[in-house]
Amino acid sequence: MGDGKNDYDEMFGGDGTVRDAYREYHNWIDAEDPAQLLKKSAEAETFFRRTGITFNVYGDSQNTERLIPFDVVPRILSSREWSRLARGIEQRVRAINAFLHDIYHRQEIIRAGRVPERLISENSAFEPKMIGVSPPGGVYTHIVGIDLVRTGDNEFFVLEDNARTPSGVSYMLENRETMLQMFPELFSKIPVQSVSDYPKALRRALARSAPSVCSGRPVIAVLTPGIHNSAYFEHSFLADQMGAELVEGHDLRVIDGRVAMRTTKGYEPIDVIYRRVDDEFLDPLNFNPDSILGVPGIMDVYRAGGITLANAPGTGIADDKAIYSYMPEIVHFYTGETPILKNVETWRCSEPDSLAYVLDNLEHLVVKEVHGSGGYGMLIGPTASKREIARFRKLLKAKPGNYIAQPTLALSTVPILTKAGLAPRHVDLRPFVLVSPDSIDITPGGLTRVALKKGSLVVNSSQGGGTKDTWVLDD
Amino acid sequence: MLGKSAGGLYWMFRYLERSENLARLLEAGFRIALTRSTAATSEWQSVIATAGVTSGFESRHGEYNAANVVDYMLRDRENTSSVRYVTEQARTNARLVRTALTREVWEATNECWMVLNQALQRPIRERDLPEVLALIKQQSTLVRGTLYGTMLRNDIYNFARLGTFIERADNTARILDVKYYVLLPSLSHIGSSLDNVQWETILRSLSANRSYRWLNGEDINPSGIADFLILDRSMPRSLAHCVQEILSNLNNLSAQYGERKPCHDCVDKIFETLDQRTIDSILASGLHEFLKNFIYGMGELSSQIEQDYRFYS
Repeated sequence: MGDGKNDYDEMFGGDGTVRDAYREYHNWIDAEDPAQLLKKSAEAETFFRRTGITFNVYGDSQNTERLIPFDVVPRILSSREWSRLARGIEQRVRAINAFLHDIYHRQEIIRAGRVPERLISENSAFEPKMIGVSPPGGVYTHIVGIDLVRTGDNEFFVLEDNARTPSGVSYMLENRETMLQMFPELFSKIPVQSVSDYPKALRRALARSAPSVCSGRPVIAVLTPGIHNSAYFEHSFLADQMGAELVEGHDLRVIDGRVAMRTTKGYEPIDVIYRRVDDEFLDPLNFNPDSILGVPGIMDVYRAGGITLANAPGTGIADDKAIYSYMPEIVHFYTGETPILKNVETWRCSEPDSLAYVLDNLEHLVVKEVHGSGGYGMLIGPTASKREIARFRKLLKAKPGNYIAQPTLALSTVPILTKAGLAPRHVDLRPFVLVSPDSIDITPGGLTRVALKKGSLVVNSSQGGGTKDTWVLDD
Repeated sequence: MLGKSAGGLYWMFRYLERSENLARLLEAGFRIALTRSTAATSEWQSVIATAGVTSGFESRHGEYNAANVVDYMLRDRENTSSVRYVTEQARTNARLVRTALTREVWEATNECWMVLNQALQRPIRERDLPEVLALIKQQSTLVRGTLYGTMLRNDIYNFARLGTFIERADNTARILDVKYYVLLPSLSHIGSSLDNVQWETILRSLSANRSYRWLNGEDINPSGIADFLILDRSMPRSLAHCVQEILSNLNNLSAQYGERKPCHDCVDKIFETLDQRTIDSILASGLHEFLKNFIYGMGELSSQIEQDYRFYS
C-alpha cells in the first residue's frame, strides 16, 4: 500500500492510458497552461473564504476558522459505474431502515439468530426510549451518508455507514458551485449530472415525513448546536438553501404537546426538525441532563407523534462499527437479495479466534475503535511505529470488544494538481442519500475526500484531508 | 421570523454603523491634532469620551495622544468599542442570521471583516491612518449598499434599519453632548478661532461640513449647527432624520404584524420632543438636558424593541 505503484488510479491505467471517463477532461487539462491552473486553484481558496465556507477547529484558543483544502481536478465516474453504485446504496439504505424498525419492535433478526442479542442490548447506541416508537412515515434515517472506497475497476467497498447526522453535503454543493464559476467551459464541453437539486430534495424528504398533526405546509427547522460547532457553516447553508429556520435549543420550547419556536410574533409550532445535535444532547429531560443544546421534553412530544425528528433518535445502532460486520447479513435478511455493495472483511475482536488472528497480524491491519469516528483512535498497522503497535496490542487485550480490525485496502487514487503537475492521491467517496416515506433519492456523486499527503490514506479534514468535486457523467 | 434572528440583525447593523462612526470620529480628531496641535490633547479626550470608554482607555494608556487613541479605538481587542471588536461582532451576528441575509449581504459583511482584520493586523502608522479610516467607512458602506440593493423590504429589513438608525442617533447625540458647551451662545467666545475649530470638528465627525455649507454658505454659527444636526430632517445623521426612520420602520413592523407594541408609544414620545420644535426653544430649555434625555430615551426604546420582538426570551 501507499507506494503508489500498484494502487488503482482512476484517471490513468497501468500503462499510462487515460481511462474512458476521464478522456475528455484529460484532453482539456492537457491543453491548459499549468501556471494558469495553479492561479485558478488559489482563486478557489479566496472564493471559499469570501463565501465563509469554513469549519471551526475545536480546542483552538483563537477559535480559528479553517478552510478544507479544495483540489481543482474533479473525480469522475461514468454513469454506468454510478448506476451500479446507486443500486447498491439504495439496497443498503432500505435494509438499514428495515433493520432499525425491526430492532425497535419485534427484533426478528435476533430471533432468527442472524445478529447476536448482546450486540444490541449491550450497545450504547441502542436507544431504549425508541422501543415501540414508530416514526412518522416509517422513516428512521432521512439523511444517510455511505462511505465508499475503491480498489479496482469494479471493486467498491462500503467502509462505513453514517446513519446519525452525516455531514459534508454542503461541500459537495459548494465544490460544484466553485467549479462552475472557475471552469464554465468545462461544463459546456462535458455533460455532468447536476447535484444542485439536493436542498430541494432534502426539503421534500423532510416535508413528506411530517407528523400527522401537521396541517398545511410543514414548518421545517434545522437544529444546530450553535455558531461554535465545527459544522455550523453547513447547518446555516442547508437551512438557507431549504428556506427553513435555523434554530438552537434555546429558541425552542414544548408548548401544548408541540415543539414551538420563539418568533418575533410569539411561539409558533414546528413540524419537522432536521437536527444536527447528537441524540445524547437532544433532550435534557430524557437524555443527558446537563445538555444545554437540546429542548426539554422534545422526546416526549416525539413519542406522542407531535414532531418529526430527522434522523430519528437511536439510529446509531445501525452504523455502529460492531454492527458493520453484520451488514451483509442484514441486507440479505430484509431485502432477500444478495448485497450489491461489498463490505470490507472485518475481524470482530470480541471473538477469540479473530482476536488471535488480529494480534498476530497487527502490522498488516487497520484497527478501529467500535465507537470512534473522524480517524481518531485508530491504528494503521503498515505505517505505525513499533510503539504504537505495542500500545494497541495492550488495548486490544484489555478490551477486545471495543475493537474491530480490517485489512489495509489499496485505496484508489485520483490525481491532484501540485506545483509539479498532476500527482496521484488516495480518495474515498461519501454519496448522500435522502429517504422519504415513498422514495429513496441519491444525489449523483457525493463528496470525494482526498488525502493530500503523498502516500497517506487518511482523508479526514481534521487530519490534512481535502475535497474534490465529484462528477457523474451524463453519458 | 425567529426572535433571535431579529436581535442578530439589529445588532449586526448597530455594530456596522458603530464601526463607521468610530472612523469618522477619529478622522475629525486627527485633523484637529494636525492643524491645531495645542488643542490635540483635549480633542483626543473628547473622542474617547464620545465613545464612552474613558475609564477603559485610562487603564491602558497614560497619555492622550494620537498613537494611543488610534490604537485603542481601532485595534485593541480589550476595548469592546474598538473597530476591530465591533467588526468581529457584526460578522458573528451575520453568521447567526445567515439564513435571513442574501448572499450579497453576507459576503460583503464577511469581506468587511476579512479586509479590516488584515488592515488592523499591525499598529497603524500615522501616514497610513487616512487610508485605513477611509477603508473602514467604505467597507461598512458596501454592506449597506448590498442591503439596500438586494434585500426584501420586510421585517428583516426593518430590524436591520432599526439597528442602523438607533446606533446613528445615539452617536450623533453623544458627539453633540460631549461638545454641547461650545454650542451654547452665552458661554462661547463668539467667533474665536478655537470655537470655529470645534464647530468644524463637530460637523466633520458627522460628515456634515460639506452639507452644512450647501445649506448655510459660510455662516457657521452654533445655533445653526445645532439646528442642522438636531432638527434638520434632510440631514441623514441628524436626530430628527434618525427618529423619523426609526418611526417608519417600527410602523412598517406594526403594519406587517397587525399589532402595535409598547415600543411604538416609546418612539412616538421621542418623536414629539423633536416635532414642531425650534432650536431656540431647545437651547433655552437646556441643550445638555435635552441630549441627556434623548440618549436615555434611545436606550429605553432599544430595550423595549428587544422585549417586544422577543430577541432573547
